[in-house]
Amino acid sequence: MIQTDIIIVGAGPVGLFTVFEAGLLKLRCHLIDALPIPGGQCAEIYPKKPIYDIPAYPEILAGELIDNLMKQIAPFKPGFTLGEPAVDLEKTEDGQFIVRTKQGTEHKAPIVAIAGGLGVFVPRRPKIDNLQNFEEKGIAYFVKNPEFYKDEKVVISGGGDSALDWAIYMAEDHAADVTLIHRSQNFRAHPDSVQKAMDLAAAGKLNLHLDSEVYKLNGNGVLKNVTLKQKEGDDITIDTNHWLPLFGLTPKLGPIANWGLEIEKNAIVVDNTLDYSTNIDGVFAIGDVNTYPGKLKLILCGFHEATLMVQSAFKRIYPDKKNVLKYTTVNGVQGFEE
Amino acid sequence: MSKDINIKIVDREGEVHALTAPTDMGMNIMELCKSYELPVEGVCGGMAMCASCHCYIKSNHQLEEKSFDEQAMLDEANDVRENSRLGCQIPIADNLEGLIIELAPEQIDDSNDW
Repeated sequence: MIQTDIIIVGAGPVGLFTVFEAGLLKLRCHLIDALPIPGGQCAEIYPKKPIYDIPAYPEILAGELIDNLMKQIAPFKPGFTLGEPAVDLEKTEDGQFIVRTKQGTEHKAPIVAIAGGLGVFVPRRPKIDNLQNFEEKGIAYFVKNPEFYKDEKVVISGGGDSALDWAIYMAEDHAADVTLIHRSQNFRAHPDSVQKAMDLAAAGKLNLHLDSEVYKLNGNGVLKNVTLKQKEGDDITIDTNHWLPLFGLTPKLGPIANWGLEIEKNAIVVDNTLDYSTNIDGVFAIGDVNTYPGKLKLILCGFHEATLMVQSAFKRIYPDKKNVLKYTTVNGVQGFEE
Repeated sequence: MSKDINIKIVDREGEVHALTAPTDMGMNIMELCKSYELPVEGVCGGMAMCASCHCYIKSNHQLEEKSFDEQAMLDEANDVRENSRLGCQIPIADNLEGLIIELAPEQIDDSNDW
């Protein structure tokens, strides 16, 4: 069991900055995120996009913002549980909380700060009637273990980096036979990857179907074949036991929605704008995941929310202890030894 | 002050909303829908990265060509038709007077796979 002062659910910019403000109050933090890297959307979805409304940064790339935040919070030695979505929140008899991840990792703390942004990122599923019959029985939305596909016949759909990268990886000498299907001629993936895929197709190592999409799945219990319709030409049926529709990720609130928190329009309702406490005493919601009258979904507002929130967190953990606002310019940053 | 234009949005229940849209606020169709609290999520904030503002153009207006990013997103979205667009990629301007738009079905994902 990982014990800390504040469990932060979500390692995006607001979750990360919470570590800094908590650290100034000598509170320790542990972050949990479903993504395998810190930074949330900034790192996963748009690391190369510039942000122009961070005070004192006329322009900063989202990825750089995250790198800077990681540097800024390093003295406070935060813990990380990455690649594991937080699925359960449980109140303990001693007035603390246990947050459990899907993989079963348990974290205990008197305070939970939910900085979950838009929620967890889940794969975008194609609309095909009997899709669910074959999920985990031939259809997978992530490549968890590439070895699983060794010497197999694999069909991959999509035009983004994940579809291209896996198609290339498998075609290069991993799977026996790889087909890549994409609905148009344009690819969202990196141009280098697109070129590589084209080269592999020209060399006969990758079957490429453009302007095509899978619309029918057949099989009895397990996937046997997929049928694609083409913009021009007849339908094609491809025998395969493995179809990987890799159409990117889309956010949804996810398991947090079942934690007993008051939810409105996919966001957690907070009682006030003094500390962003939720209807569960000891649980706070900050950043894009919360809502209140006048809410603005901005990183800058999330930083402010985090700063106010940790003051209340401190009082809840140490009701009788005095503390004052410290200026870093006067005192510097006193990090934790270990 | 430039004048407002009129845009009609058909929601997913078929109800028509006649909206007044400012042309001088740098807004797009996704933002217009949000400002009227129509059920458009706009989760990515307008970067053509989520397709939650996917809509169909029902009138004969000539819109700007789709950008590469918009087309690439539509290539991976569901329920895409010839007249599909992403609302976030359509800036509100004078030439859109009388535009009629229908919201595409929501991308419902009721699975518990996280």
